[in-house]
Amino acid sequence: MATRIRATTLQVAPAPTLVAPGTRSSDVTRDVCSPLERRPGRMWWIGLLIAGSALLVGVACVAYQIKVGIGTWGLDRTVGWGFDITNFVFWVGIGHAGTLISAVLLLFRQKWRTSINRSAEAMTIFAVICAGLFPVIHMGRPWLAYWVFPYPNGRGPLWVNFRSALLWDVFAIGTYFTISLLFWYIGLIPDLATVRDRARGWRRKLYGWLSLGWTGSARSWSRYEVACALLAALATPLVVSVHSVVSSDFATSVIPGWHANVFPPYFVIGAVFSGFGMVLTLMLVARKVMGYERYITQRHILAMCKVLVFTGSIVGLAYATELFVAWYSGSAYEQFTFANRMRGPLGWGYGIMVGCNVVVPQLLWLSRVRNSLLAVFVISLLVNVGMWFERYVIIVGSLERDFLPSSWSSYVPTPIEFGTLLGSFGLFFTLFLLFCRFLPMISMFEVKTVLAPEHGAEHSREGRA
Amino acid sequence: MTRRQLVGYFEEDSQVVHALRICRERGLETLDVVSPFPLHGIDEALGLRRTRLPWLTLIGGSVGLALGMALQYWSSASDWPLNVGGKPFNSFPAFVPVAFELTILGAGLCTVFGLLARTGLHPWRRVGPERLRTSDDRIALVVARRDASHDPRELRQVLFECGAVEVVEEELP
Repeated sequence: MATRIRATTLQVAPAPTLVAPGTRSSDVTRDVCSPLERRPGRMWWIGLLIAGSALLVGVACVAYQIKVGIGTWGLDRTVGWGFDITNFVFWVGIGHAGTLISAVLLLFRQKWRTSINRSAEAMTIFAVICAGLFPVIHMGRPWLAYWVFPYPNGRGPLWVNFRSALLWDVFAIGTYFTISLLFWYIGLIPDLATVRDRARGWRRKLYGWLSLGWTGSARSWSRYEVACALLAALATPLVVSVHSVVSSDFATSVIPGWHANVFPPYFVIGAVFSGFGMVLTLMLVARKVMGYERYITQRHILAMCKVLVFTGSIVGLAYATELFVAWYSGSAYEQFTFANRMRGPLGWGYGIMVGCNVVVPQLLWLSRVRNSLLAVFVISLLVNVGMWFERYVIIVGSLERDFLPSSWSSYVPTPIEFGTLLGSFGLFFTLFLLFCRFLPMISMFEVKTVLAPEHGAEHSREGRA
Repeated sequence: MTRRQLVGYFEEDSQVVHALRICRERGLETLDVVSPFPLHGIDEALGLRRTRLPWLTLIGGSVGLALGMALQYWSSASDWPLNVGGKPFNSFPAFVPVAFELTILGAGLCTVFGLLARTGLHPWRRVGPERLRTSDDRIALVVARRDASHDPRELRQVLFECGAVEVVEEELP
């Protein structure tokens, strides 16, 4: 009781609601299903046209690169990883927020996740698809990509090297993709049944097939909830392991600027930070284009802004730790690397990275900024830019200046690499737009559970204000 | 013999929980509750046993861990030992990440396929058209109706008094 009184007296403005007050279960069904049942609007077609064109550019660039060879990229003997691995780390990172929202927040029983978890999880899957493409095309001979798996072969059999962090990646990303896909699909089943029950003809058949004959009986629900909790409990350590393993690609090497103990937590928190930036970008667009203002409310956006400020501050702490350790190590190579990172040829990239990741999110402390949708949207875009540059600065900046000045070089990405990066964005947004069109974008059954118990509470809160 | 059952449709989950208790008190056999979202506190009322799915998760995880460790040890230290940077053939700490991922993979696959198998979910399963609104906003309480033991009108009355908006009699072959 005491806390309740304090909450009211301290409340200056009424707390924004989770779902617009007065929304009923049947409204949720209608609002979420109707975009699937009518022809897509003009905005959707324009979006698909742009995303599809970008995807085609990417396909053309990758086809050319596979035909001609890795020489079409700007890599050389010093800088062996450039845009490709930067994009890989960037996209894997984007995926992490989806798992955080769908799994970690489920375990913590955060109700605000219900409206956005489906699309955040979809974002995870599409981002991991984009990420997985880069190491494969980087191989140069992608038709031999299956060599990364330990299978009995006619070469001895010669097994894969389980001591290599690059092989750990294969297992980490493979497991992450599989578990995320299953978790997402299991979450979709009850909603697919709802779509099925509203549909007729071939659509009823299709969604009936996809929903696996779900009826919603008490016994299925009780098993279903336990299974979801178990999957969430499995996905939580998994998501931490994935970016830790990705960071080991760098941390287990000897290159100054890569060889750092702080990398696993630094990469994981950076991943969550960049992922939340992307969730915010997508949600702000989706709620406008799909008309979901009722379900993705100010409260969701505020919650995500808080996560962004929090993780952004930890990212800042990680940058400071790196600098401190470089100075404190007493190693001339370490000290040079960081001096070079700040003032060397890629100093401008370091400026973008610190500006976008550490300074800009701090603006969200101001209530004027975090209540302005436009400002939040711009900040979320800048976070994405900043986090891409973080990976670029770490990867390319450290490689360009290694131990021997005679082997120093300058990496300049070619148009093919820019086209491939553009193509990965095209792939991501094409998949996301198709998802918006063919699957329920908001988890209906979960939103319905936050309607019922909060119904009265929301009204009384309105009354007090 | 045909089984007969009465299905009461409700709009509020609290009414269903109440109706379930009343039915149980009167000695009626409640068969199922069908709802568009998970309801809490009805598992006990329906007499459902807690699922043993977590055990399957544990088994899947253990198998994944054992297979992961065995594969790495056997291929790196036994089948074709290869000197990589002077590291020991059985480099156990380096095997932890892959073993961990395979643990999660095994546990996750067992959980998902265990759920599908135990709940009987598969693409060819047919769902009748009679309870369409239970995936939208209605909650159905299914009560068995044994011939002659209960007056159907009384049963309907009970359900309506608990707040049912509709009561339908179903016949199952």
